[in-house]
Amino acid sequence: MRRYLRRSLWQIGIVVLGIATINFFLLHLAPGDAAEVMAGESGAATAEYMAALRQQFGIDQPLYLQFLRYVGHLLTLDLGYSFREGMPVAELMRQRLPATLLLMGSSTALAVSLGCVLGFMAARRAGKIADTVISTLALLFYATPVFWVGVMLVMVFSVALDWLPIGGMTSIEAGYRGWALAGDVARHLVLPAVTLGLFYLAIYTRLVRASMLEVYHLDFVRTARAKGVRPWRIATRHVLRNALLPVVTTLGVQLSSILGGAVLVETVFSWPGLGRLAFEALFHRDLALLLGILFCSSLVVVFVNLAVDLIYTLLDPRIELS
Amino acid sequence: MAFPDSLILSADGTGSHPRFALLRRLLRRPSALCGLVLMAAILAMAVLAHPLYPDDPLDMVAAPFLHPGTDAAFPLGSDMLGRDLAAGIFHGARISLLIGVVAALVSLVIGIGIGALSGYYGGRIDAGLMRLTELFQTIPPFLFSLAIVAILQPSIATITGAIGITAWPGLARLVRAEVLKLRHSELVEASISLGASDARIILLHILPNVLAPIVVSASILVASAILSESSLAFLGLGDPNVVSWGGMVGAGREVIRTDWYVATIPGIAILAAVLALNLLGDGLNDALNRKGQRR
Repeated sequence: MRRYLRRSLWQIGIVVLGIATINFFLLHLAPGDAAEVMAGESGAATAEYMAALRQQFGIDQPLYLQFLRYVGHLLTLDLGYSFREGMPVAELMRQRLPATLLLMGSSTALAVSLGCVLGFMAARRAGKIADTVISTLALLFYATPVFWVGVMLVMVFSVALDWLPIGGMTSIEAGYRGWALAGDVARHLVLPAVTLGLFYLAIYTRLVRASMLEVYHLDFVRTARAKGVRPWRIATRHVLRNALLPVVTTLGVQLSSILGGAVLVETVFSWPGLGRLAFEALFHRDLALLLGILFCSSLVVVFVNLAVDLIYTLLDPRIELS
Repeated sequence: MAFPDSLILSADGTGSHPRFALLRRLLRRPSALCGLVLMAAILAMAVLAHPLYPDDPLDMVAAPFLHPGTDAAFPLGSDMLGRDLAAGIFHGARISLLIGVVAALVSLVIGIGIGALSGYYGGRIDAGLMRLTELFQTIPPFLFSLAIVAILQPSIATITGAIGITAWPGLARLVRAEVLKLRHSELVEASISLGASDARIILLHILPNVLAPIVVSASILVASAILSESSLAFLGLGDPNVVSWGGMVGAGREVIRTDWYVATIPGIAILAAVLALNLLGDGLNDALNRKGQRR
C-alpha cells in the first residue's frame, strides 16, 4: 500500500511536470511574448500590468529559468492572475467549483444508475425487442452532439412548453431561501444534468450490456446454471456484479471527458460553473485562466484515477495494488 | 493461439477476393448497412457541394428566416442573415469530413507509432512512451484542444491538429496491447531468424496483423473528431472562413424562441454523420472479429 502511494505520488509529479511543460510550450507557441498572450488581445492591459507580468514571467531571463519559474508557480498552486476578472485564477475557480460539482455529480449519478438498469435489461433480453430498442436509443444518444441536445431540450421544455427555466442556476429576482432555494436550483438543474448525462447514459448502457454478455459466457455462470440457480439471481449476483468492474474503470476515464462536456452544457444553459468560466476565458482570450482550468482539471483526473484504483481493490479483492 | 484477424478474413472468404468477403459480411448486418448508406449520403453531399452550390455558403442569398419548404429554391430555408441552409449543410459535410478524416489520420499516425514502438521494444522505451500516453490521457481532451485552438487562432489546420494531437492515447494503448500479443509469436521469431530488420518486422509483419482493431478505431476516431470539431465551432472556435455544422447550431441557438429550424437542421446533420461512422465501426468490429460472429 505504502509502495503504491509512493509510486502514485511519483506519477503525480511527472504528470504535473508534463502538463506544466505543455502549458509553457503552448504559451510560447502563441504570437507575442507570454506576457502579451497572458494579458489578452483585448488591449486593455495597462503598461504597469504588462511590466508586472513580464517581471512575473521573467521574460528577460533565459528560457530554462523562465520554465523553472513557471513550474515553481504552479507547484505552489499560484495559477496566475486574471486581468479580465481582476482576481487570482485560483480564487475564480474556487468560486465556480460548487456549481460544476453539482452538475457533474447529478449527471454522473443519473448516467450510471439509469445506464446500469438499461444495460441490465438489454443484456437479459439480448436479441429481443427490448434490447433492440434500448441499444438503438443508446446508439442515438451516443452519436448526438451534447450541445445540440441542450439547445433542443431548451427549445422543447423551456420555450415551447415553458416547464423549466431556460438557463442559470437560480431565479435571482425571486430571492428564495432555504428549501425554496433548493427546489429552485433543482428546477434549474434538470435540463443541464439530463443534457450532460444522456451521452454518458448511452456509454454506460452499452458498456453494462456488453460486459454482462461477456460474463454470461464464462464457466462459473454455466456452473451456476447447472446448479439450478434461478436466472434472476444469476443475472444479479453472478453476472451484473462481475460486469460492474468495467463501469468503475470507465467512470474514471469518463471524468476527463465530462469536464469537456461541462464546457458545452454550461455554455448552453449559462450554468455558473467551471465550464462556463472556461468559455468566458476563451471568449476574452484570458489564457491565464484557461490554462489554469486545464491544469487543475488534469490534476483532478489524476486523483480520480487514484481513487478508482482504490475502489477496484474494494470491489475485487483479487486485484492488488502494485 | 489466436489467429490474427486479417488472416481469418482471407481464409474464410468464399473463394472471392477477401475485401469483398468483408463487404458482404458487413452488408449482412442491418445496422452496418444503415451506416454505409448514411455515410454514402454524406460523402455524396460533400462531393456535390461545389457543383450544386458553387457560391460561398456564407453569402447572403435569400430573405432572412425563410422557413423550410416555403421556397423551392431554398428547400431547407435560410437563417437570420439570409444564408442558404442547404448550401451550408452540403459544404459543412465537406469541412466536417475533411477535418474528421485528417484529424483521425494524425491520431492514427501518433497512436500507431507510439503503440507499435512501445509494444515491440518494451523496456525503457515502453516505460517512457507509456508515461507520455498517460500524461496525454490525463489532460481532458476537449479542454486541451480548446486551449490549443484558442492560443493558435482557429483555422482548419489548427483545429485539425488540435483534435488529432489529443485523441491518440486510447489507440496507442490498443496497438501496444495487440503488438505485445504478437511480439513473441512464431511469425515474428521466424522473421527475426531470417534477419529481417525491426522496421520491416513492425511494418510488414506485425501491423498488417493488427489492422482489424485499427480499422475499427479509425471509424470511431473520425466520428469523435467530427463531434469535437462541431463542438469547437459551436463555442465560436471554428475557422471563420468556412461553414461548419457546429457553428450553424451555435448561430441558430440565438433564435430558438422564434425559428426552431435554424439550430435543428445542422444538428441532425452532425448526428447523422457521427451515427453513420459509429454504425460502421460496430459493423466492422463484428465483421472483422470472430468473437462477434459467434453471437
